[in-house]
Parts: sequence; C-alpha cells; structure tokens
Amino acid sequence: MFEHYLNIFLTTVFIENIALSVFLGMCTFIAISKKIDAAFGLGIAVIVVCLITVPLNNFIYNNVLREGALAWAGLPEANLQFVGLISYIGVIAAAVQILEMFLDKFVPALYNALGVFLPLITVNCAILGASLFMVEKDLKFGESVVYGLGAGVGWAMAIVILAGIREKLKYADIPEGLQGLGITFIIVGLMSFGFMSFGGISL
Amino acid sequence: MANKYKEILIKPIIAENPITLQILGICSALAVTSNLTVTLIMCVALTSVVSLSNLFISIIRNHIPSSVRIIVQMTIIASLVIVVDELLKAYDYETSKKLSVFVGLIITNCIVMGRAEAFAMKEKPFPSFIDGLGNGLGYSFILIVVAVIRELFGAGTLMGVEIFPLVSNGGWYPANNLLLLPPSSFIIIGLLIWVIRVFNKEQVEEKDFSLSKHDVSPNYEKREINV
Repeated sequence: MFEHYLNIFLTTVFIENIALSVFLGMCTFIAISKKIDAAFGLGIAVIVVCLITVPLNNFIYNNVLREGALAWAGLPEANLQFVGLISYIGVIAAAVQILEMFLDKFVPALYNALGVFLPLITVNCAILGASLFMVEKDLKFGESVVYGLGAGVGWAMAIVILAGIREKLKYADIPEGLQGLGITFIIVGLMSFGFMSFGGISL
Repeated sequence: MANKYKEILIKPIIAENPITLQILGICSALAVTSNLTVTLIMCVALTSVVSLSNLFISIIRNHIPSSVRIIVQMTIIASLVIVVDELLKAYDYETSKKLSVFVGLIITNCIVMGRAEAFAMKEKPFPSFIDGLGNGLGYSFILIVVAVIRELFGAGTLMGVEIFPLVSNGGWYPANNLLLLPPSSFIIIGLLIWVIRVFNKEQVEEKDFSLSKHDVSPNYEKREINV
C-alpha cells in the first residue's frame, strides 16, 4: 500500500513533472524565476494550494459530478460532468481566498512571505491542470492527496532549479535578441530534455 | 475609425505578440504543437473563447463591481470554454482526446484573463471583440509556425499529408524525431523570439550587468509587470 503511494508520488515529481513534462503553469514559471527567494516562496504556495484543491476536487468529482455519483441523493441517473470545469475553478478560487484569510489571521509570517503570489495562484494552470489530470487518471481520494502533493513539489522543484540557473546566467554574455525571455525558453527546453531521462523508470 | 480597428487587430500579431512579448498563454503553446491539425483546432478554440469573452465582459463591464470582477470574468470564461469543450467532444471526439486537458486549461490561459482585465474592462464591446480576435490570431501565428516546423521536419508531413518522403518509406528524408518531443518546442519558440527581436529592436531586453552606458527602452516597464 505504502509502495503504491510512493510510486504515485515519485512518478508525479520526476517522470510526469507538471512543469517540465506537461508544461503547465509556464507563464508564472518563466515570469517569476528571476530570483531564488521569490521562486521558493511561489513554490511553497503552489505546494500548499495543490495539496488542498486536488483532494477537494476529487471529493466533489466522486460524490457529486461523476455519472451516477448522486445516487445517495436519489438521482442515480444524473451526470453533471459538463459543469466540471466551472466547479473546479470555483473550488480553486474559493480555496485560495480562504487560505489567504486563514494565513492572514493565524500565520501572518507565512502570509507576508507569500505576499502577492497567493492570489496569483488562482490563475496558475498548474493547479487547474493537476485537478483535470486527477479526473483523467480516475484517482481515489487517498491517491489524489499524494498526487496533489507530488504535483506541487515537482513544480516547486522545477522553478527553484530554473531560478538558480537564471541567477548565474546574469553574468553570461548572451546575444542581444536572445536576452531575457529567449534564453529562458531555451534553458527550460534543455531542462525538460533532462527530465525526459526519468521516463520509463518505475518502482 | 476603420484604421483604429485595423491597428487593434494587427498589433498583437507581431509587434505585441501575446506569447513572445507579453509571456502569456505559453503552456498550451508547447504541448499541442506536434501536429498541425490539432494545433489549428486549438487555435480556433482559443481565438473564439478570447474574442467572445472580451465581447461579453465588455458588454457588462459597467455592471461588474470591481471587488468581484475576477470571479465574474472567470465564470464567463469558464462557461465559454465548457461550450467549446462540449462542441469539440460532439463533433471531433478523436481530436478532443488528443487535446486532453488543454481545452479545459483555456480557462486559466493568461491571454484570456489578461485581455479581459487589460482591455475589455475599459473599452466598448466592438473594439474589445477585435482586440480578442487580434490576440487570438497572434497566439495562433506563433503556434502555427511552431507546429509547421515540428511536423514538417519531425515527421515529414503537414496535416498528415506527406511532404518529404521519409527514408523509412523509401524516400530521401530522415525524420528528425527530436523535434516531435515536446521540449523542442521551447527551443523553437526561444529561437523565434530571437528572430522577432532582431527585426524589432525595441523589444530587446536590457542586460542585468553591462559595462557600457545604456538607456531604458520604453517597453521595459511594461514587460516587468507581466505575470
């Protein structure tokens, strides 16, 4: 049992890394990776939000939206999958808002550290993507907790690595038109080739 | 008047391209470009969502309280995406399987949110619609270029039709499978940005460290706040 969960976790972190293998959350990934500190803060925020929203969406999917899921309410034929997208994004927006208020009240230190990144996460496609992949993979509740954690950790790891490379790159002599955005794309491409070497590994 | 609309439409295609300058909507640009047919469908889906969401948000812009505007925008965008998703599932199920979660991810595609926030909340419905169309076309332009390079040189075909006869089929072209791997699209977009900036000098970013004296280009501020 433990091995199964460990396998899901490692697969999500390395083999199906949400940033470098399925390319989600790229806009923030490229925009906020200039400094390691900021990248780290954003990474932590993504881990927390993924860990909360993926299981929550899994619960909603399995108990409300999925075909026949409303049998407990006496509606065995209802299939609400078409409102899936709107309810996932609603859950994510609400969860981020609640998390923000909770942190503001009870853990102000962390709230200040995350700062502006927290509200931005609502529109980070890595979060919605993790929920959509969770539905596509048809995970159980326990698995979805591990999957959410793995997706967040994988994304955070990737952005911290990229920020590290970009900090060193400041001193490099890059051709004029390639500076900034251009070279960042190429680095991410090379990193992503690197992560492809994890493909095929299984426990 | 007509000129103004033309400018709104043309500008985002190269000069203010959402992908290469504003860093918006990159995620789907990378994952769906290995095959031109799939790419074209994705482009049509995104362009229709961004122009219609701009139109509808602009129509009700004076009635949205600013404190809840993000949620209102999200709801409109999500509803449009659901319509597109269901249409695609009904009429082209195969492609909808290939696009997997990426149609759903149009909701969080920053181009849609970004244009709604930056343009549709301020302008009249018709210009907003044109602006959405222009940005959709700018996005499509980059995607189609990337998809053509990847499919033509990676598999020797375009939209499934053979252009270069492959060695494996008795032709002369050895396929470059590297280009079919998703990471190569990063490198192609990186090089594309380089090409665009060679011709549009004002888009070139400042160096962090430099020995010579330099002045700050007018676009510098704008680029910093794109998130």
